[in-house]
Amino acid sequence: MAVELDVFVGNTTIMDEEVYQLWLDGYTVNDAVKVRMAGGVLDECEANQDVLLSDTMDQYRTFQMCERLLQSPAKLANQLLFQIPPHRQTMLIERYYAFDDVFVREVLGKKLSKGTKKDLDDISAKTGVTLKSCRRQFDNFKRVFKVVEELKGPLVENIRQHFLLSDKLARDYAAIVFFANNRFETGKKKLQYLTFQDFAFCAGQLINNWTVGAVDNMVEDMDVDLDKEFLQELKELKILITDKDLLDQHKSLVCTALRGKTKAFAEMEANFKNLSRGLVNIATKLTNTKDVRDFFIDLVEKFIEPCRSDRWTPADIKLYLTHYTNSAHILDSFKHQAVWDRYMGVIKSCIYKMYHD
Amino acid sequence: MPGKLKAKIVAGRHLPVMDRASDLTDAFVEVKFGNTTFKTDVFPKSLNPQWNSEWFKFEVDDEDLQDEPLQITVLDHDTYSANDAIGKVYIDIDPLLCTEAASVISGWFPIYDTIHGIRGEINVLVKVELFNDLNRFRQSSCGVKFFCTTSIPRGYRAAMVHGFVEELVVNEDPEYQWIDRIRTPRASNEARQRLISLMSGELQRKIGLKVLEMGGNAVVGYLQCFDLEGESGLVVRAIGTACTLEKHSSGSLVNTHTHPNTAPASNACNSPSKDGKEPVFGEDLPSSSGPPTPFRNLPTSSSSPPPFSPCKPCSRQSSSSDTDLSLTPKTGMGSGGSAGKEAGPLKTLLRQQTQTALEQRGASSSGLLLNAREFPFFTLTSFPPSFLVHVGGVVSARSVKLLDRIHNPDEPETRDAWWEELRQEIKSHAKALGCHAVVGYSENTSICEEVCILSASGTAAILNPRYMREGCLDIGSTDQRFDDPSPPSCGFCHIPYDELNMPFPAQLTYCYNCRRQKVPDVLFTTINLPAEAAVTGKGCLIQARLCRLKKKAQGEVNATAISNLLPFMEYELHTQLMNKLKLRSMNALFGLHIQISVGENMLLGLASATGVYLTALPAPGGIQIAGKASGDLNNEQHVQSIQKRINDTIAKNKELYQINPPELTEEGVGSPIPEPRHRSRLFRSHSESSDEVSELDLSHGKKDAFVLEIDDTDAVEDIHSLLTDASPPTGFYTCNTETMPGIYNWTTAVQMFTSVRVLRLSNANLSNQSLNKIFTDLCENLLKSFYFKLRSNIPCCLCHLNFTVAVPEEELIQVSVTAVAMTFDKDQNQEGFITKGGNETEEQLQFPLELCADSSSTNAQPSSKFSGVPENTIVSSRAASVDYGSFADRCSTWLELLRLKANTIRRGSVKTSRRTQSLAHSVSSLEHCSPLTEGRPRSLRSSRSFGGSSVTMVKMTPLSFLPGTRIIKFLGIINMFFIRETTSLREEGGVSGFLHTFIAEVFAMVRAHVAALGGNAVVSYSMKDCVLMENPNKNQAQCLINVSGDAVICVRETDQEPMTSMTNIGQTCAADGAT
Repeated sequence: MAVELDVFVGNTTIMDEEVYQLWLDGYTVNDAVKVRMAGGVLDECEANQDVLLSDTMDQYRTFQMCERLLQSPAKLANQLLFQIPPHRQTMLIERYYAFDDVFVREVLGKKLSKGTKKDLDDISAKTGVTLKSCRRQFDNFKRVFKVVEELKGPLVENIRQHFLLSDKLARDYAAIVFFANNRFETGKKKLQYLTFQDFAFCAGQLINNWTVGAVDNMVEDMDVDLDKEFLQELKELKILITDKDLLDQHKSLVCTALRGKTKAFAEMEANFKNLSRGLVNIATKLTNTKDVRDFFIDLVEKFIEPCRSDRWTPADIKLYLTHYTNSAHILDSFKHQAVWDRYMGVIKSCIYKMYHD
Repeated sequence: MPGKLKAKIVAGRHLPVMDRASDLTDAFVEVKFGNTTFKTDVFPKSLNPQWNSEWFKFEVDDEDLQDEPLQITVLDHDTYSANDAIGKVYIDIDPLLCTEAASVISGWFPIYDTIHGIRGEINVLVKVELFNDLNRFRQSSCGVKFFCTTSIPRGYRAAMVHGFVEELVVNEDPEYQWIDRIRTPRASNEARQRLISLMSGELQRKIGLKVLEMGGNAVVGYLQCFDLEGESGLVVRAIGTACTLEKHSSGSLVNTHTHPNTAPASNACNSPSKDGKEPVFGEDLPSSSGPPTPFRNLPTSSSSPPPFSPCKPCSRQSSSSDTDLSLTPKTGMGSGGSAGKEAGPLKTLLRQQTQTALEQRGASSSGLLLNAREFPFFTLTSFPPSFLVHVGGVVSARSVKLLDRIHNPDEPETRDAWWEELRQEIKSHAKALGCHAVVGYSENTSICEEVCILSASGTAAILNPRYMREGCLDIGSTDQRFDDPSPPSCGFCHIPYDELNMPFPAQLTYCYNCRRQKVPDVLFTTINLPAEAAVTGKGCLIQARLCRLKKKAQGEVNATAISNLLPFMEYELHTQLMNKLKLRSMNALFGLHIQISVGENMLLGLASATGVYLTALPAPGGIQIAGKASGDLNNEQHVQSIQKRINDTIAKNKELYQINPPELTEEGVGSPIPEPRHRSRLFRSHSESSDEVSELDLSHGKKDAFVLEIDDTDAVEDIHSLLTDASPPTGFYTCNTETMPGIYNWTTAVQMFTSVRVLRLSNANLSNQSLNKIFTDLCENLLKSFYFKLRSNIPCCLCHLNFTVAVPEEELIQVSVTAVAMTFDKDQNQEGFITKGGNETEEQLQFPLELCADSSSTNAQPSSKFSGVPENTIVSSRAASVDYGSFADRCSTWLELLRLKANTIRRGSVKTSRRTQSLAHSVSSLEHCSPLTEGRPRSLRSSRSFGGSSVTMVKMTPLSFLPGTRIIKFLGIINMFFIRETTSLREEGGVSGFLHTFIAEVFAMVRAHVAALGGNAVVSYSMKDCVLMENPNKNQAQCLINVSGDAVICVRETDQEPMTSMTNIGQTCAADGAT
């Protein structure tokens, strides 16, 4: 005696959020049943394991049928097969496109190619995220990447409109797309302490200030590619470290402003030239794609690590960078104020975000 | 040329990729009606084509308009090879033929392919221009409205109920034609879909013609079924109730104050509820929000009697023929009897019957009217108050037939004769019960290979003749109770038959509600619980399940074997129902539906009903266990423990279902405590020969218990199964009727669902017992699954739980369920209705009990003996035939008193009924003040076409209403038939994945059609058939589904606007050009 067929179909599609999450997390039906049983759902309705199994199977089937629609969420709204109230649709989409920070941290900045997809087993083993879930997340990244690649207009807005995601999630995806496009190195050991949210924040800063879209909002790839002209102009900042007078002048201005305001003053004074060289060198090298990729590792090596070894507090960092940036304006012979501000604005907020344990 | 059909193809979206090279599709559309075909241009390289075609015009007869569907085929253009079909849409244009229904069909339809399922959507506009045609010999019946709803549709008033209409058409099944060997499965499926669509169109038209001839304008309770007889053909048959309906708010002419519920109440002579009624409206009016309407200014006197044909004086003399009938010994509702007698020389007998049936028909001078009179059957299950006067009990008949090829599709006499014969039997059963009508009537078949079981069942009843067309019922035959004003809360329970000439032995008592009329101790019916009925506590779903093995056989041997088994199955199902009813401490069943399904090596029986405690009926006795008389100590203990469990269960159930009838002392009732001898005993039917059965002592003493003897293993199993039926978990109620007594404050949350489960029996040599257990578990587990899945809807009631069983293959059992979960407001539940209702019941019962005289004083021998097998219908109990004459003498002095008291009682009961109705009315009374029926769909439509990518939410329910909303317009009947086939079963997720997708697709197509008609809901939805065939080894499966319902526009009770619950999601797909 075996159940040959068992289906339950509601006019309004019935979806249990808990089961949906288990499905998204890549649990098999049997594992999902175990998790649900452990969760005590059985006590609710005098149910037994068979009931739970049947319910889980039904829901898994429904989700599988919905998956095709979830992959182009706009279709979910005007398809006729499933009757799902709008707020449930939003939930389904949002959850489907949600990702695990541990997973995204592994693929952030990597090319979203088949090669990477092959490594998913390793990533799955490393992160503890099931392979199925890894695949879904990876495919989501790839799909979003492919769609927005060809679209004009602001990246975040495009993602939000095309995939009907919340603002927060759309921003995260923008960061992922941005990182994947510029292939930023995020996997080095020194960068391991940084979370996805740190990078997402930095990506937001870069997108808003350093891309073509920051100046012109109707170009293709406007938010994905860095503004080449701007990168060229950054070379001009070299004067801040090559001109000995300028460097000394800058240092004295900063030190005057900082004196007495922080315990780390001595270290700041001692390291000024080193740090300034570090930041300006990063700026001048950004015309090379290779150096763009190393942007975050450079920030950490050239600035964050020295500061950390001198035990600066985040407040120190903020104070230092503020005065470092502003003092350049007072330098008479420094003519590149606009570029400087555009550069330092981003650097300042990135470093501030990245400066933690 | 009485009609012009116009169609416009606007756009498509989400089309499948048909060209692998470009990942695109070059789509065009063929629009076909009858033999005319139009084509759109090819819209190259797009998955979202914008054809925006011209208007394709078809000039056609209205006969064709009724029969034919509009057929839209989407194809992919291919320069070098044949064009590939993407899929089709069949649009039934019938709703456009009714002036009152939809005026245009416009919207997105799923493009459906029988192999691939839904493949994208297409936006279509359809209109019909009808020219007036006064040809009285016309073959069409445009304008006759059809309703699946088995009650007078909300918003309408029945000016006249004409009676029974039936028709069947037969054809060869394309699947079995020789050409099927060479054509593709797709072509074969489409041929079948199209044929069935045509046949149901034709059927509807023919029924419509009959209705017109009878002078009606509508068919309510329209039930259409398909019999897939395999080799021998395809039968599409339908039954319904012809009516003349009037719209409530169809203008100033119609008196808005009368709605179906009041109309009958204005019983000229002596309706007790009349005075009570009008104030109700006064009370209701202020609460009915909405614009101030002129109708409050209407004089209250406007509730004048509706234009019914005048009441015919009842003549008692003409009852002779009936009495004769009821005296014949063979009058039992022996459904088994008929089956048995035909099993022999089947075919010869058949031919004879055909002839006689034809002769009868030919003889009837004015065919139709007589037909209606011939079969005073009503497919309705709910009635306006006072329509139903008395209810006798369930009548049913079954017969087993051997199918042979239908040689001439134009003359389906054989099938007609088969049904005719069953109907005759039903009619005679009803007469035997002293009833002139059968309500809640339905017909079913179960086919396995060449054997077919035909079943018909209904509830014998006496109806109020004022609703009927003259001559529709044999009114004269009924007795004096007819003009007796029984309180609506219990009147229908009063026995319609003559207690001196009881058609079957029954235990009668005086009505516990009004104390004036006799009531039976148990009442079984196939109808919904009347809204005005006085009920104690809540009800619940009660099911009897049974499996019987049978030997595999062929032809007549097989038919004989089946007909021999049938009576035993019916008997056992009945016994099970009875026991389960008592176990729940209830005394009446509503919505009883007994299905017997035949397979190659077994028969499945499933009886479902909703048990309730009718206040008017006596409290059921308990169940007593009797062991062997052997004084075996172990056995004694065993018996005692079981007895204790049963008693505990009864007590628990009483609490669960809140059954606390006011205690009546035996002394008060005046019934003597019956001697143990007279206790009822239940015998295992299959262990007895039928001769013995006829001598069964089945009387149930008044308060005494059912005795279950456990001297064989079967009985132990019986008791076990009795106790294993789990009651629903807290927060759930179940019923298979429309609503649950005692729950009134429904929220608008409804969740309709369909569930199918198929079980494969692994080893072939199972016993009846283990098979029973498996079947019972299957049903119970399904229910458990529902509770679990719908737990977020708590507190809720699973209403209209409709179980269908089938034996698709030798070792498979299939159960399909369609039901609706309706959430209610728990807090309010405590106050208001229930308590008030309860108080009143008590109030009524405070009146002297001595009036309910010795109902079970004497236990005389029954006047008529059972010759056949005990029927499934009525509680077969030894007649407690009360000496009416002497009783009347003794009571003569009391009678005055009684009348006085009764008046007071009645006043009480009037209050109750008023309350009950006031709720029902609040829906309908609101309808009157709504000025919006006209133009409403337009506004809905416009809002729809603006929102580019919005999808209208379409609610579906098997009930005739949606709680918290009112129906402002019926748009037409939805009757759809789909076939789905796959040759890649595994890839589609196995047979479960396949069926899951298909059911979802069917829902989607129903919703799309309703939305295109401008509607937002389907009421009275049902899935008539779900026939699944699979062959996992070949990776193949095929499924046929037939669904029906009424498309409606409904608005929230508080709103004036339709619930335009659009799902507007940002994304604008420019594809919608519906404007």
